[in-house]
This record gives sequence, structure tokens and C-alpha cells, in this order.
Amino acid sequence: MAKQTIKVKINGREREAAVEPRLLLVHFIRESLALTGTHIGCDTSNCGACTVIVNGNTVKSCTMFAVQADGAEIMTVEGLIKDGALHPLQEGFKQEHGLQCGFCTPGMLMSSYALLSKNSNPTEDDIRWGISGNLCRCTGYQNIVKAVLDAAKRMNEKAMAQGGTK
Amino acid sequence: MIPPAFEYLRPKTIPEAVAMLQQHGDEAKILSGGQSLIPMMKLRLARPAYLIDINRISGMAYIKEDDGFLKIGGLTREAELESSPLIHSKYPLLLDTAHVIADPQVRNLATVGGNLAHGDPANDHPAAMTALGAQVVATGPKGERVIPIEEFFVTLFTTALKQDEILTEIRIPIPPAKSGGAYFKLERKVGDFATAAAAVQLTLDGSGTVQKAGIALTNVGPTPIKARKAEDFLRGKKPEAAAIEQAAKLAAEDAQPSSDLRGPAEYKRGLVKELTKRAITKALERAGK
Repeated sequence: MAKQTIKVKINGREREAAVEPRLLLVHFIRESLALTGTHIGCDTSNCGACTVIVNGNTVKSCTMFAVQADGAEIMTVEGLIKDGALHPLQEGFKQEHGLQCGFCTPGMLMSSYALLSKNSNPTEDDIRWGISGNLCRCTGYQNIVKAVLDAAKRMNEKAMAQGGTK
Repeated sequence: MIPPAFEYLRPKTIPEAVAMLQQHGDEAKILSGGQSLIPMMKLRLARPAYLIDINRISGMAYIKEDDGFLKIGGLTREAELESSPLIHSKYPLLLDTAHVIADPQVRNLATVGGNLAHGDPANDHPAAMTALGAQVVATGPKGERVIPIEEFFVTLFTTALKQDEILTEIRIPIPPAKSGGAYFKLERKVGDFATAAAAVQLTLDGSGTVQKAGIALTNVGPTPIKARKAEDFLRGKKPEAAAIEQAAKLAAEDAQPSSDLRGPAEYKRGLVKELTKRAITKALERAGK
């Protein structure tokens, strides 16, 4: 099957590759681009461990072909850190013990990131709804919710300190 | 799990896509949101040799009222339905439905057109669109044809779409004043398909009598089930508690549930009765406002 060339901008960096049409986006990210932060949890489109952000929206990268992402801007969990500084979400998960085994965590971070970018002051219900496409077998979700609330607080404080509104 | 190899085609226009369907016949499948098709391909239950990606065709995603109809483009994402002010204000049945389709990630890609065209009775829009008395617009080599929703679902994974047709638009007659709708779905966990679900759309007349009634059921048959006996019963009646109870009972009689991993058939039938009752009650509440 003929390979096709695709171009993506991933975590701010332009990448190009020749791929088979049947290559899943998650395999492209993990194997072709060596970004293994994105995980494969179930491979049946249920668990959300493979969640990444494509053109501003969360998608399950195991349920999309890499060729569909041609020309897209993609963010993975590796894109959260800025100049060596943890993103407030990463601080929140650290402070509030929002992970145990960590397998669902990249997906949780991506879904939370997307949630906070649309709603900077979510309630607990908003957060539970926002992560409803991400399964966790370890934590019972309680500390994940606390982590996102903590992150929102940090981000709002930072925005206020900078004199702007988010 | 890895799908078998296929050729990937990316048409820029609807006529181009239709021509590709004509050329490749039953070896080709349309890729819309892909949230039903790709999982099937990964399990090798679907093995199209040609995948025609329509996601880059412009002008296929819209939500607008025009000429007496709510018109939804086939490529409209579920997330767009969820955030549409028009859907929020006038089409609560569609909002209820969009909210319970899978999860946020899936809703970002899944399309209304795909939800119907896939022909899966477990999908949620088929019952909602049946309750709303919708029409499906199919575009093929000879142009558009309009298919009433009652003729659209043929059997499991089979719709009235011909091999060379694409579902390009869904049309819903704009409900008159004093209309309301609701969708009640029971699922084992968030994001699951329905154990059973009921879609209701009602219109009342000036005296509070039911003028129009649309009731349809999800995942209790090989296609969405239009609960005709329940609809006929409610029409012309004042929707008091006893009437609602009887309508719900009649809807349950029309269900054709199968016993499976979501529960025994009789459990599902009982569920249909309760969900229909709740959906009618909520639809009335919304119609009264």
C-alpha cells in the first residue's frame, strides 16, 4: 500500500513523515515521533489513555488515522512543560496526588487541559464531565478532580497577578 | 489492533466523493467521524479497500433554520450540537441526545450524519430523529433525494442509502409553539451504548391536549423502534398521569429487545416503560414553558 507524506506541527515543532494510511495516530506519535507519553490502554476506544489535542480539540488518537491529521496542530502531554517549568496542571497532579500508576495520566492531563482552556473556573461536576472519556483504575478519580481544581486555582491566581483575565 | 491496508482518498467536494463511491462500489466506505467505523476496522469487522475521507469537504457542517426546517449538515460534530445556542433554546431532545453520545473526545469527531448512516440501532440519533419526524437528504450521482426517517433504517447496519450516496443533510420540521422533547437513556456507565433509551417529541394545542406525538426507542430492536401505538394513543388526549402510564406501557409492547450483556429482554422491556414515562413527562414540562 502506497505511503503518503503527512506534515504535522506537534508540540510546536514541524514534523514530516511517510506513512501507510492505516497507521493509527497513536502509533505515529509513539513510534514514528518517539513521543511515548501518549499511552495505549484499551485499543477499543474506551479508556482515553491515548487522548491528545488535535487543532484545539481532544481526540482519542487510537481512533484516528495519522493521515487524517495531515496539516494539523497536535499537542501531547510532552507539550505541557515550558522551558523546564511544570504546567500548573502537572503541579496540581503532583500536589494533590492525582496519579498512582500514572498510566491514565497523560490522557487525564490532555482532557483537563482542554477543559480548562474552555472553562477556567470549573466546578467538580464540570471536571467529572470533562474527564468522562478517561478511565482510571487506580485512584477512584477523587484526587484527579482535586488536582484539576488546584490547577485552575493556580492558573487563575497567575492570571490575576499578571493583571489579565483568562 | 491494526486494520488491513486500504487506499486513502481525500475528495475536496461532494461530487468528487460521490464519483469515488461510484468508481469503487462496495469496496469503498465513507470516513466521516470514524468513531464507529475505525473501531470496526481495527477489529477487522469492516475491511474497506478504499476509505473516502470527507472531513475536508467544506460546507457540510452547519446548524440552521431555513424554510420551515432545522437543517443540520451531515458533517456536523456532536460537540457542535452541544454548544449550539439554537439547539439549546429550541431543540432540547437533540441536546439531551448529543450529551449522552459516548464521551467528550468522541463527540469532538463523531458526526450527526455518521451516527445515522452507520445503521447501528445502538446509536442515539436514530430514535431522536424518528421522534422528530426528520428527513434525510442523500446525495448521489443524480443529485439529492429526500428520504423520510421512517424509511431510512432498514435493518441492522443497513440503511436506505445506496452504495453511491452520501448523507449530506438532516432536516427536522421546526416544532410549533408549545412543543417539547426529551431523551432518557440508561447506560451501564458514562459513554456506553444504551441498555435502552426513549426519545419523545410532543406538541400541545391551546387547551393542553396532545396534538403531535413522536416516540422512538433505542437499542431494543434491529432498528430504532417507532412506538406507533403509544403515539396514536396519546394524540388527542389530555396527558394526565393515567394516559402517560398507558402510553409508556404501549411503547414497551412495541419494543423488540434481545437478551445480551446489557441485560435480559424482559428487564429491557420494563426499562422502556419507565424511560418512556420519564421522557414524556419531561417533554410535557418543556412544552408547557
